[in-house]
Amino acid sequence: MTKIPYYPGCTLKTTAKNLEDSAIASAKALDIDMVEIPDWVCCGVVASLTSDDLMRHIGPVRTMLRVEQMRKRGEIEDSRLLTLCSMCFNTLQRSNFRMRENAEDLESINNIMYLEEGKYEGTTEVVHLLQILDEMGFDKVAEKVAMPLKGLKVASYYGCMLTRPKDIGIDTPENPTIMERFTEAIGAQPVDWQAHSLCCGSYHTVSNKEIVVKLGYEIIKNARTHGAEVIITSCPLCAFNLDDRQKEIAEKFIDFEPMPVLYFTQLMAIALGLGEEVCGFDQNFTDPRPQLRQKGLLK
Amino acid sequence: MDDRIKKVKLTDRSVEFLRQVEEISGEAITACEQCGTCSGGCPFVEEMDITPSQIMRKVMLGQEEVLHTRTMWICASCFTCTVRCPRKLDVSKVAEALRQIRLREALDHIDVNDLTEDDVDRLPTIALVSAYRKLTG
Amino acid sequence: MEIERKMLTVYIMGEAYEVPEGSTILMATEYAGFQVKRGVGCREGFCGACATVYREKGDYKLKGGLACQTVVTDGMAIAQIPSVPAEKPIYNIAELEANENTFKELFPTVFRCVACNTCTKACPQDIKVMDYVQALKRGDIARAADLSFDCIRCGLCALRCPAEIVQYNAAILARRLYARHLAPKSPEVDIRIEEIEEGKYQPEIEEMKAMPKDKLSEKYYKREIKID
Repeated sequence: MTKIPYYPGCTLKTTAKNLEDSAIASAKALDIDMVEIPDWVCCGVVASLTSDDLMRHIGPVRTMLRVEQMRKRGEIEDSRLLTLCSMCFNTLQRSNFRMRENAEDLESINNIMYLEEGKYEGTTEVVHLLQILDEMGFDKVAEKVAMPLKGLKVASYYGCMLTRPKDIGIDTPENPTIMERFTEAIGAQPVDWQAHSLCCGSYHTVSNKEIVVKLGYEIIKNARTHGAEVIITSCPLCAFNLDDRQKEIAEKFIDFEPMPVLYFTQLMAIALGLGEEVCGFDQNFTDPRPQLRQKGLLK
Repeated sequence: MDDRIKKVKLTDRSVEFLRQVEEISGEAITACEQCGTCSGGCPFVEEMDITPSQIMRKVMLGQEEVLHTRTMWICASCFTCTVRCPRKLDVSKVAEALRQIRLREALDHIDVNDLTEDDVDRLPTIALVSAYRKLTG
Repeated sequence: MEIERKMLTVYIMGEAYEVPEGSTILMATEYAGFQVKRGVGCREGFCGACATVYREKGDYKLKGGLACQTVVTDGMAIAQIPSVPAEKPIYNIAELEANENTFKELFPTVFRCVACNTCTKACPQDIKVMDYVQALKRGDIARAADLSFDCIRCGLCALRCPAEIVQYNAAILARRLYARHLAPKSPEVDIRIEEIEEGKYQPEIEEMKAMPKDKLSEKYYKREIKID
C-alpha cells in the first residue's frame, strides 16, 4: 500500500462526500492509501491573482506545511499532497509555485505563521488523483477493472482548473487527453467534443446564475450532440453547475434533456467492482442509476 | 465629429493608474498588441459591456472609467485568455487587479447577506467561498 | 509597616501613569484613578467583560488579553474595549439544523476565512479559534463546539479578523446546536424530572424550608460530597 497525504477541501466533507468516498474506495483497490492530513484549512478558491496579496496565500501554505510536519514526525514519507477537487488542486499549486519563486514572500508568510511547528520549505508537491493514476499507468488501472463499462459513452469535462494555466495544468489546455485515457482504462468509450474546457460559470452560480444556466445548457448540448450519455468531472463546483443547475436549465430551455453528471471516481468505483455503496449516488442531482442499470453496469 | 471617435488626454493621473494596475497585476500591460484573441475566447464576453481587449486598451491609456464597467465582475477567472494570449500576458490578472482596486476601497460587489433560502440549502461551500473571495474585499 | 513597592509606568489611553508592580491591567487602571464601570465584571477571568488590547514596550505586536488577568509590565500601553458592537443574528434553535447550511444563512462571513490565524493570536483563552471556524466551514459542528468550549466571548477575535467574522457568536451557535441536536441524550435527566414531578423530593424540601438558619448552615457544611 502506498500511503499518500490527502487534502479533501471543505466541500468534499459535505455536498461532495460522494467524490471523497468513491475516491478513497477506488484508491484502496489500487493499493493507494489516502491519508487525510490533520488540521487542514480551507484553500480559499479561487487563487489570489494579484502580485501583492500575501494573506490569501497563508491558507494554502499552512496546508502544504502540514505535509512537511507529518514527514518530520515520521508519520509519512511521501512529499506529495493528493487532491481530488480541481479547484483545490489549482489554488494550492499556484500558491506553491508562487512561494517557490518568491523566497521573500514565503519568509513573510512563515513569519506570520509563527505559532506553527516549523517553517514551510517548499518541498510539498501538489498532485491530482488523475496524475497519480497516469504515473502509475492507466494499464495498471485497467488490470484491476472487474466490470468494464462497456458501451457507456462518456464526455470528459475538464473545466478550467485542471488544465489552465499551462504551468499548473495536468495536461495541455487545448487538447487534453488524460481523462479520455482514464475513460478507456475503465472500459468506457470517450466522446470527442468541443466544450470539454468551456467554463461552467464558476462562482457566478451565487449571484448571477443566468450565466451558469446558459453555459450549462451549451455544454450539455455539445456533449449530447457528440453522443455522450454521461459527463464526468472532478470539481464539486462544476458538478453543481452542470448537474444541480439542470433544474434551472430545464425551466429555461424547453428542449433540454437531463444528463447524468458524475465524478470520475464514481465511474472508477463501479468499474473496479466496488458497487454503488461507495458511490453516494443519492448526492447526484440527476440520478445516474437508471442509465447505468440500463447498460447492465449496476448489480 | 464622429461620436465613436474620442479624444483621450493623457495626464499624470492616467500614467499613475496604468502603473497601479501594472503593479498589482504584475503584467506588462503596454505589451498588449490588441489582437483580440482574449475577447474571442472569453466564454463570458457576451455578458460584458466592454471586451477584455478593450479593457487592456483603456488601461493602457490610463482610463479609470474601466473601474465602473461590468467586465471585470463578469470575469470568472477561467484563464482561457491566459493560455491563448500570443504575448503571454495574463489578462485574468489584469481583471483581478481592477476588481481589487475597487474591493480594497471596501466596496463589496456582492452582499454576503443576500442568500435566499434556496441558495442556503443548495449551494455547495465551494461556491460561496469562491464568490466571496472574488467579489468581496 | 511600610512595604516598599516598585512602581512601573503604564500608558492608559495614551497617557503615562505610575502603578505598582504586580498589578493587573484592571488594578492599574483603578489605581490611576479611573472608575471602571463598563469593561469589568467578575474580575476572575470568566465573564469576558474586560477585553483589552495592549502592547509591551519594545514589541510591535498588539496583543489581546483580559484586564483582570494580565499583569502589567513596565512601559505597557493599554486600551480597554468595554463593548464589542458585533452583529448577533436572531434565531430559533429548534428550527435550525446542525450542519454548515445554518452557518451559510446566519454567519456567511465564516466562508470568508483566509486561515490567517489572527483570531487565535488575539485570544486570551488559548483557544484554537481558526481551527473551529474551519471546522464550521466543513460542517463539523461537534468539533467546533469542542474547540470553542473555553470561549468567554470577550470579542477580541472579531475585532482583529480581516474577514469580519464574529467567531464567538458563531461558536456559541455551534455549541447550542451540538447540545440540542448532536449530543447524546441523557436518560437520567428524564428520570429525575419524573421523580421531581411525582414529589419524591418534596418532604426534604419542606423540612429544610422550616429549619432555622444556624441548623441549615450546619447541615450545609456537613453535607456529604460524593466523588465517583
